[in-house]
Amino acid sequence: MLLDLSKLFGKSKASKDVAKERLKLVLIHDRANVSPQFLEMVKGEIIKVITNYMDIDESALDIQLTKTKCDDEERVVPALVANIPIKNVKNSGK
Amino acid sequence: MGEVIVITSGKGGVGKTTTTANLGTGLALQGKKVVLIDTDIGLRNLDVVMGLENRIVYDLVDVVEGSCRIKQALIKDKRYEGLYLLPAAQTRDKSSVNPEQMIKLCDELREEFDYIIVDCPAGIEQGFKNAIAGANRAIVVTTPEVSAVRDADRIVGLLEANELRNPRLIVNRVRIDMVKRGDMMTIDDIIDILAIDLIGVVPDDEKIVVSTNRGEPAVNDSKSLAGQAYRNITKRIMGENVPIMDLETDDGLMFKIKRLFGLKTT
Repeated sequence: MLLDLSKLFGKSKASKDVAKERLKLVLIHDRANVSPQFLEMVKGEIIKVITNYMDIDESALDIQLTKTKCDDEERVVPALVANIPIKNVKNSGK
Repeated sequence: MGEVIVITSGKGGVGKTTTTANLGTGLALQGKKVVLIDTDIGLRNLDVVMGLENRIVYDLVDVVEGSCRIKQALIKDKRYEGLYLLPAAQTRDKSSVNPEQMIKLCDELREEFDYIIVDCPAGIEQGFKNAIAGANRAIVVTTPEVSAVRDADRIVGLLEANELRNPRLIVNRVRIDMVKRGDMMTIDDIIDILAIDLIGVVPDDEKIVVSTNRGEPAVNDSKSLAGQAYRNITKRIMGENVPIMDLETDDGLMFKIKRLFGLKTT
């Protein structure tokens, strides 16, 4: 009953659900098994393409593998997130 | 031709050795000829769990190095017909054995035994590679905890990378009271995450500690719930279709009475 009441008032989640959620996230990373070298290669290619169109701050560029929730449901999928500060958009790209 | 089954987990302390001892003894009780191999060189324990620690003369390293014949190193368990133990060396390290030697050993034992159960050390290094080398089936042991499930997932990946397909899962030390409270992952939660087939669920049982104290596997204890679980897994290994134990019904009379009077919340 205690458990049900706390759920009713939207209080704390059952700890096993917290465990399951955390596990799912950590396993996405474990399973992807992406090496730093691999990420560096991807990073290099992305820079090559983007610099054709804009000037970017390469020193502040950040690329990493994270996870994101799908729009349709609760499913969590791996995501490649790139944060690329733009200094100037080249005219040719407009 | 016998089957070589490796019992592995990645994480230490989840019950690999206990599982090996019980399944091996269970298979012997079913009339099979069984040898248990402890590959945890330097940290051997299968001998004490089996209660055979005083009978070791030669060990696994002696066998692979050719210092003795296989027959000389096998300890016959006098309590169970057809059950033998090949103990690990205690004063050597994992590099004393290599995967090729393990394959050769397992192939030789296959001629003689129905089941060769290999107790794998914790970790994913040399000892793990040795243990899985000669195996044609794998059983992954985990407990309903994030650390154990995470490591089990890693092990499943490594087993598949080494051509050991379709490993089976044992979820060990399940506490029904905690599952009911929502404080322990359910079997379905764990299967959902690991996506491998279940071969058994073993409840947390004090009798396991008692049986280990005595060096007598619980599988032979008709009153032990864990023992019953191991007996069921034994039959599933042999290809019988035994339904997964419904732990819910095994609350015991006191639990039901307490629940009736509202002393226990479910």
